[in-house]
Amino acid sequence: MEPILTINNLTKKFGYLTAVKNLSFSIQKGNVYGILGPNGSGKSTTLGIVLNVVNKTKGDFHWFDGNVSTHDALKRVGAIIERPNFYPYMTAEQNLKLVCRIKGVSESKIDEKLAVVGLLDRKDHKFRTYSLGMKQRLAIASALLNDPEILILDEPTNGLDPQGIHQIRQIIKDIAAKGTTILLASHLLDEVEKVCSHVVVLRKGEKLYSGRVDEMINSYGFFELKTENDLALLEALKAHTNIGNVKVEGDLITAFLNGPMSASDFNKLMFEKGIFLSHLVKRKESLEEQFLQLTDNLN
Amino acid sequence: MLRLVQIEFQKLWLNKVSLVLIFISFILPFTVLILSSIKINFFGFFTLELGELGIFNFPIIWHITTFFASYFKFFFAIVVVSMIGNEYSNKTLKQNLIDGLSKKEFVLSKFYTIVFFSLCATILIGVATFVIGMYYSSYTEATIIFREVEFLLAYFVKLVGFFSLCLFFGMLLKRSAFALAFLVILYIFEWIVFWVSVYIFGTVDAAFKVKSFMPLESMYNLINQPIQRIVMTKFPEKADIMYDYGVHWYEIAIVLGWTAIFIFLSYRLLKKRDL
Repeated sequence: MEPILTINNLTKKFGYLTAVKNLSFSIQKGNVYGILGPNGSGKSTTLGIVLNVVNKTKGDFHWFDGNVSTHDALKRVGAIIERPNFYPYMTAEQNLKLVCRIKGVSESKIDEKLAVVGLLDRKDHKFRTYSLGMKQRLAIASALLNDPEILILDEPTNGLDPQGIHQIRQIIKDIAAKGTTILLASHLLDEVEKVCSHVVVLRKGEKLYSGRVDEMINSYGFFELKTENDLALLEALKAHTNIGNVKVEGDLITAFLNGPMSASDFNKLMFEKGIFLSHLVKRKESLEEQFLQLTDNLN
Repeated sequence: MLRLVQIEFQKLWLNKVSLVLIFISFILPFTVLILSSIKINFFGFFTLELGELGIFNFPIIWHITTFFASYFKFFFAIVVVSMIGNEYSNKTLKQNLIDGLSKKEFVLSKFYTIVFFSLCATILIGVATFVIGMYYSSYTEATIIFREVEFLLAYFVKLVGFFSLCLFFGMLLKRSAFALAFLVILYIFEWIVFWVSVYIFGTVDAAFKVKSFMPLESMYNLINQPIQRIVMTKFPEKADIMYDYGVHWYEIAIVLGWTAIFIFLSYRLLKKRDL
């Protein structure tokens, strides 16, 4: 595996506030990574540090194999941060020409990238006339100009309408399908779930989890149960070794598993005990539930 | 270097306001120069011809044109502070850095532009002065013509120094209007330093020496006011109005020193700052 970005014990303090605390993770080529965390968890600060706009307090990071300076590495990276920043008095094309000059790449790709984000017919319009969705798409086109090895997106759908969100996600998926490594920071869980294969979960600047999205919690799932005889069921659940927590909400009983057990085995077991279930569903936690569980565990 | 200048030029060239200001700062001194060199007839009552005062004679013309032209530097000063202020307010500074411009390159692209502009202004004033001088001057021997061309060098250094100061204030305050206001504050501050020095050293001469090390005063000292000199040429027998109007190496050194300090501080400021 080829490393793209390696972060070691990175810390950033803003006065008394520690925005990022001892953060370490690495990003390998070819995967789609998500950085997940509530607002103010240090996502943007972390990205700001690796993108050379925020100074780190402690720790270090390096791009690619560690032999290139951050300044040179950024020419192989495409990034958009928070909101699209361009010169309002320039047209889309002029703005992209400027980016080409900064990155030191030829201007031949401008039309191609504008076509990718569907702005080709608006390229001669001034940036200030653009809607937020168009601005965000222009930012993506600008980040793609150098055919980056990694595309960094910080809250790319923030503030967009549903159509805009859909367009941006489709563009991200298309780019990911071409094999570009993507790092997506977001507080929207379903966004990360839909797009990413790996995830880093942050809370108050600390890493809670990093790894594959589907392995985020060593969970065997849970049963949702309904029955006529609640007391007998609760008794039976308490006695079973593979069942951990039990939650009762109205007539719905949720039993979390400590060990592997299939729904049919469980049904058989209950039947043998004379408990008849009117409702039995085995589910795995959604990313949202896993995320809440992760962040709750530390509270 | 060419890349950095190109980047900055695109930013300025496509911005109408800065384009107009640049245009004014080039055209206006010319217009004034040319208007003052023609004969103006006041409705037949009398004619005003500044050329007859001898101010377009070599070598004094170098002194006069550079002194008056340097007042038009304020137009470009607005461009300089706004080219920093806009980068902050549009957040394009952050985007530039993310796109792969280093902080050093960012400051250098501004500085190179300043130097380039100052150079253009100096060359234009040089050529215009030469042409007008050749037309009006009573003396046209090469030794006399080029006797005081060091005023051109002083003009160039003065522009670079002043714009570097504006660049630094722009970086420091992030807002164009505040940066321009700070120029006024600095001007007042230098006078305060002057009066404190008068109190400490007891003489005005010593206090002026102290003040001559201050940024604005050192830039002003590069090209002293030429009025007194014009008067001197009319009344050569009056020794008490004699003064030292020359361009001295130490005056240039002080301004270049400040320029280096301002550019370095701008870079340090940007480097330390979280955007």
